[in-house]
Amino acid sequence: METLEQIKARAEATVPGAQLSVVKNDSPCAQHSLLVDVEHAYVVAQFLRDDPQLRLDYCSNVTGVDFLDAELSEKVKVKKVVDGVEKEVEEVKKTKRAGYLEVVYHLYSMSLKHGPVILRQRTPGRADPVKVASLTPLWRSAEFQEREVFDLYGVLFDGHPDLRRILMWDGFKDYPMRKDYREPDDYEYEPTPHDEVLEKAKAHLPKQEVKA
Amino acid sequence: MDDGLRNELSKQGVVVVKLEELYNWGRKNSVWPLSFGLACCAIEMMAASMARYDLSRFGAEVFRPSPRQADLMIVAGTVTKKMAPQVVRLYNQMPEPKYVIAMGACAISGGPFKQGYNVLKGIDRYIPVDVHIPGCPPRPEALIHAFMTLQRKIDAQKLTGPDRARHLNAELPSEFPVPLFGEHDLVPTKNPNVWEPAVVVR
Repeated sequence: METLEQIKARAEATVPGAQLSVVKNDSPCAQHSLLVDVEHAYVVAQFLRDDPQLRLDYCSNVTGVDFLDAELSEKVKVKKVVDGVEKEVEEVKKTKRAGYLEVVYHLYSMSLKHGPVILRQRTPGRADPVKVASLTPLWRSAEFQEREVFDLYGVLFDGHPDLRRILMWDGFKDYPMRKDYREPDDYEYEPTPHDEVLEKAKAHLPKQEVKA
Repeated sequence: MDDGLRNELSKQGVVVVKLEELYNWGRKNSVWPLSFGLACCAIEMMAASMARYDLSRFGAEVFRPSPRQADLMIVAGTVTKKMAPQVVRLYNQMPEPKYVIAMGACAISGGPFKQGYNVLKGIDRYIPVDVHIPGCPPRPEALIHAFMTLQRKIDAQKLTGPDRARHLNAELPSEFPVPLFGEHDLVPTKNPNVWEPAVVVR
């Protein structure tokens, strides 16, 4: 199979205006992925599916990722004059990054026996509306998994035929897999609490009399 | 009648029993469970009913597919918050006298999913549970032990008096409120008439 850079170049040539980038994975598995903008995601995905050299006809997995607002710290080498001598000093540069949600698709080719190609869509922010393009019209296998991502992360899929909650009930308002979700406080009875549960159970402990 | 006289009579071929004993003897040996499983504990429940462990030795081999014909609900598995109203509704549809065995860590407390967002921390928050079995999952022997514990409990139930069995006391409820789906959790989160958290003093 082509490298991700080659796929990216061909996709950009085929789909004018598509903004693609390769997200590097530095871990030993080196599973790099292709980040596509939401507007052109559908057309790019169609290209990946129908291109005779790729033929990624099978979407095995759809998942969501939540990135909170974060402060990234980076070590930068800066030249500074210290005591009259110019030196290279390491400085920690801090940048703020707004949070976002991601939807990740793992694509394989059954007919050409290769894969996976990992496709990502990223929302601009975490607040509503967080919309990405639904790829269910291209791969039916994405239908329930996109519903699950909607249910647990609150990502809206444009073009999904039946976007309802799938695991939680319909009147449920929260998105439980988001990192800022707090589960309901029903820690009133914990026989053997420990760690985080201990902290939560402490709020329910009977008030102890303060001895004078 | 004291036990000695009864013993003497039985040697002469005269069997004397109290109505209460006869009634409970019949009931405890024909407890029909509801065929109802929620997760992996149900596999152990099925194993218990099959030839190797043979729950039919205790008169409980007839798993009924309808709550209207069942005496015992074995809550075998994880009760999710989405499933909890249906479990309570099934229990309400069973005719009295009815009993509940909460089988496994999930059914008694939430088990390994206790800190999650969608698992009920024990079915005893909504319906009265007669026997709790710990284990993940409990072995069929543990279910049989729970079953024998339930049989002893049925055997000890009174037909008359203020502490008579629930199904003979019209003042005690036989149906319990079904929780509703709320915006963040089930409403209410527990039935205070059935379950109150034990006071943990530290």
